[in-house]
Amino acid sequence: MTTTVVAPVAPAETVRGAEVTTPRRRVAAWLGLIPFGAYVVLFLGVPAVLAVASGFFDGSGAFTFANFAAYANPAILQNFFASLWISALTAVLGAILGAVICFALLGTRPERMLRSTVDSASSVLAQFGGVMLAFAFIATIGVQGVLTKWLVSIGITPNIFTNFGGNGPLLYQIPGLVIPYLYFQIPLMVLTFMPAMEGLKSTWAEANATLGGTRLTYWCRIGMPLLAPAFFGSLILLFANAFSSYATAAALISQGGIIPLAIRQQLTSETIVGVSNVAGVLALGMVVVMIILMTAYSALQRRASRWRR
Amino acid sequence: MSAPEVEAREAQAPHVVPRLVATRAGRPQKTPRYAAAPSALTRWIILGVTGVIFIVPILAMIEFSLRQGQTGAYGFEHYAAIFTAGEAGTYDVLFQGIANSIGICIVTVAIVLVLLLPTMILVELKYPKLRGVLEFVCIIPITIPSIVLVVGFIPVYQVVARLFGSNAWTLAFAVGIIVLPYAFRPIAANLAAVEVVTLSEAARSLGANWGHVLWRVILPNLRPGILSACFITIAVVLGEYTIASFLSQNTFQTALVLVQHTDPYVAVIFAVFALVFAFILLLIIGRLGSLGRNRRAA
Repeated sequence: MTTTVVAPVAPAETVRGAEVTTPRRRVAAWLGLIPFGAYVVLFLGVPAVLAVASGFFDGSGAFTFANFAAYANPAILQNFFASLWISALTAVLGAILGAVICFALLGTRPERMLRSTVDSASSVLAQFGGVMLAFAFIATIGVQGVLTKWLVSIGITPNIFTNFGGNGPLLYQIPGLVIPYLYFQIPLMVLTFMPAMEGLKSTWAEANATLGGTRLTYWCRIGMPLLAPAFFGSLILLFANAFSSYATAAALISQGGIIPLAIRQQLTSETIVGVSNVAGVLALGMVVVMIILMTAYSALQRRASRWRR
Repeated sequence: MSAPEVEAREAQAPHVVPRLVATRAGRPQKTPRYAAAPSALTRWIILGVTGVIFIVPILAMIEFSLRQGQTGAYGFEHYAAIFTAGEAGTYDVLFQGIANSIGICIVTVAIVLVLLLPTMILVELKYPKLRGVLEFVCIIPITIPSIVLVVGFIPVYQVVARLFGSNAWTLAFAVGIIVLPYAFRPIAANLAAVEVVTLSEAARSLGANWGHVLWRVILPNLRPGILSACFITIAVVLGEYTIASFLSQNTFQTALVLVQHTDPYVAVIFAVFALVFAFILLLIIGRLGSLGRNRRAA
């Protein structure tokens, strides 16, 4: 891009806008969009279409809707609802707790040790999740975990971690996923919401004070309304993150229970002919949920961008 | 600054600072603190509690790795095993996985810096109308969970393997897509906070060419966003498990799962090391960025 839009230093060229740009340079600028566009088409567009389309074909390659019968299966439906409530719960809790941490970090200087520590730790936890997070919680609240053993040692032998709802250790059940999921949802909220929080201009706080407002009025009338679109945007990102998260659940739970695990079961059960394409149908169901969420997200972004310029 | 110092300063403040806030009659008059930031005490309570909660699982891993069987005794025998078994090649798969993951990391960060970043700046400067389209494209990968994309990646990677061979680093093309939403957001937030168009117009009117505008005006202003994007890219790549496991590549995460079945202690040791390593790495990158800022300010 640097090379394609380089222009000679001339006063006439400094006015930005299509009217004064020569056609040759406009073409050159459009060319700048091609590498990224081609990459996205090849590695996002093509695989996405192939994955979802596979749900509409049977084992022999003929077009069919038969795979949708999967949604009549109560076990599959149960998986879907489990995925939805886990994502909703961890997204809401993660967003609120993450926003509180962002608030605590307001006014700290980004170059100080505190902020670099929080930034780095959040980054590691938010996307380092997966398998190692499962290990961490096996060591904490698993059967041999530190907290579990401590509860046993103080006399609470059948505790929430060793036996939850009469179904054995909490960590290996679907509700138990909430704890490790929060461990990556909260840091992700800090990462995605902090830039918006820092975007609050000090002049707004000063204007509020000049007009006789308190800190409470500042947050109720200025801060929260301004941050609301960004907050709900981040909330949706957290929901999407939990909804599509696979590795942590896969390392802890060997059967199904949430939709990504059901897809794994479908992809790896090649013994039954024609069943493998059910994964495509389940995937389509997930994508439909995501599209609904993202429609809301883009509406929120439009509101958030009102304060851009 | 400690909390008592702050309180002492605030107690004096009413005599020094002209009162800005009209206080209601009858209320004990508090220091007008009009800034959005919390008080030092509030900040440290929040950060202290969350810090303790978040450190517990990490400490639990360290405790777990020091256990000697079921005896309740502690020791470094599992750590020692890495070196003695290392000679026998027991953990070769793990070391190879780590090397592969580092290679994927480098290529993925390059994809973000060479493909995504210039496109975002170009759109911001020349095609503001495409901003929504670009955001939509960059958000798509989280609407399509990686376990779903994997199904589509399998045929695509048959072609990739013919072109580049089935090397581990080729996974970066797939991981780069997974990274897009997370790399996009910090850069976009930074672009929105900085008046890039005004800045570049100012620089151009002062006689800078586009190369100068980019290197000396736009990129320095975008440094926090770019750094965050790189941070999160590295973390995503090192933590990526789904695609690697379904495309049968040996990366750090898939190797950890393999090792965990035979030796959970060593898997936990490497997991702790990886978490601490990534943390330190990101800390160093962050400090380098802020050193640059300070130098420029001086």
